[in-house]
Amino acid sequence: MKKFLDEGKLLLVAIPVLVWTLLPIYHLFVLSISNQESMLAGKLWPDQPTLQNFQIVFAQQHYYLHNFWRQMFNSFLIAVATGLITLFVATFAAFAIARLKVKGGRTIMNLALATYLIPAAFLAIPMYKAMGSYGLLNTQASLILAMVALASPYAIWVLKQASDKLPKELDEAAVMDGATSIQLFRLVYLPLMKPSMVVIGIYALLLAWNEYLYAFLLLSSEKAVPLAVGLGLFLSADDAPWNLLMAAGLLYAIPPALIYYLFRKNMVGGLTSGAVKS
Amino acid sequence: MSTAAMTAPLAAPREDASAFTRDRAMWGAIMLAPYVLVFAVMVVYPVAYGLWLGLNWNSYRALFADPIFIRTVVNTIVFLFVAVNLKFLIALGLSGFFVQQRPWIRIVLVLFILPWAVPSIPTILSFRVMLNPENGMLNQQLFQWFGIMEGPGWLTDPTLAFMSSIFVHIWKSLPFWTLILITGRLAIAADLYEAASVDGANRWQQFRFITWPSLATLYVTSTMLSMIWTLGDFNSVYLLTGGGPGDLNHVLATLGIRYMRNNNLDLGIASIIVAMPLILPMVFVMVKRLSKGPDA
Repeated sequence: MKKFLDEGKLLLVAIPVLVWTLLPIYHLFVLSISNQESMLAGKLWPDQPTLQNFQIVFAQQHYYLHNFWRQMFNSFLIAVATGLITLFVATFAAFAIARLKVKGGRTIMNLALATYLIPAAFLAIPMYKAMGSYGLLNTQASLILAMVALASPYAIWVLKQASDKLPKELDEAAVMDGATSIQLFRLVYLPLMKPSMVVIGIYALLLAWNEYLYAFLLLSSEKAVPLAVGLGLFLSADDAPWNLLMAAGLLYAIPPALIYYLFRKNMVGGLTSGAVKS
Repeated sequence: MSTAAMTAPLAAPREDASAFTRDRAMWGAIMLAPYVLVFAVMVVYPVAYGLWLGLNWNSYRALFADPIFIRTVVNTIVFLFVAVNLKFLIALGLSGFFVQQRPWIRIVLVLFILPWAVPSIPTILSFRVMLNPENGMLNQQLFQWFGIMEGPGWLTDPTLAFMSSIFVHIWKSLPFWTLILITGRLAIAADLYEAASVDGANRWQQFRFITWPSLATLYVTSTMLSMIWTLGDFNSVYLLTGGGPGDLNHVLATLGIRYMRNNNLDLGIASIIVAMPLILPMVFVMVKRLSKGPDA
């Protein structure tokens, strides 16, 4: 009896939590399969569920969606480039700071941490102005660079902490055998760091895929912007076809959500070593 | 005599060692260079440029004369205080729920982290449509179930719109902090609780004397981190209400962008610089805490 009571109490927590969590996602899904009428009537479930919205999105048959696939590709390109460049920059830096104990490494680490902690929204305007003076505005390179700058600090921090956990004796043994720094990096460090590098690559990739503010500041041409900004264009009209927006939004949300769930264990493991940016 | 015998064989490796030290120093510099370059180009120069643009004294006068700015500062403080505290109280409670060992609770947890896993744009825009006072799902349902003809103006009433932004912010960031507090709770040794219940401690006493003391440091660190990031939450305000109605609901993170889009860059920069005395001390404390180690 007491067991049932306990279970009941837990359910009393679980049900409101699930309703609260799932409501906007359910709403997103329902609108994406609603026709215009059901949507405007605010139905909990559409009268005639339809996949027509997705057809329109796939065929880019709406003014707001003319560049859908192009923008999806842009999002992909920017995210992958950010992930790879961040990995390159951060792995090198973490190795130099944690294993080679390079002079000034600690200072750089602290400066990077400060950059990580200052909210990106406050760096956006200065970065926008700087991009203007570099002549990079409206190029995807500017967004990739900005995202690398925003992703690297946390990446370096996590990789440095993981590096600190590797036993020192490994380096010493390799040095005894006459290994140079670069051999140490390639043969000892990289193989051991692979799991952390996967987490960091995904972190940077998702950060770039999800970014809205920087993308809409740095890029303006409809052919150059990633999908996040393409979806934001729907905000410019009051009577926008929200059902189409939700269908496109769902397609945009699925890849990162899948990645999150596939790598959930690793991501949560990364959490315990600090804090991922929420 | 043994010293002499010892130093001879050590002399040769020392030369090797210094060669290796040089090699290390060289490669250390080379490998740190890409990040130093990114940092110089994307952080140092922009910040210096921003500060230089911010040297115009008149823009601060104009800023403090702007009623929207004053309103924004008040909004930001209320937003921070309400959102962070509410979020952490809920997260603290929910983490206690999620550490219960039940298979079905694991499934609930998997669903619970969805807001964190899904990008902001589609979900916040979904909120925006759902809360639309005229044909949004929420008010339409209020009408159908309760016959409320004119439902609340979730996004058109200034106070409600502000609360909606806080609500959306909490929705998005709650899973992350709950996960953090769950890992904190799981790190507490189970036999502490067993011993306590043998001694007849009730639930509250267990929380008060076991859970809270173990979680307190993590709770404070997390709250501070969350304060900084909440301060920078652009999306929950901008994508939901655009800072409206009537520019009454901006926070410092969105106000700079608003000034910039109105071709008033000087005020945008000034509003960011004015926020720095609020942000930098927190950043400074957090850098000190985090550079010591993850659990500091």
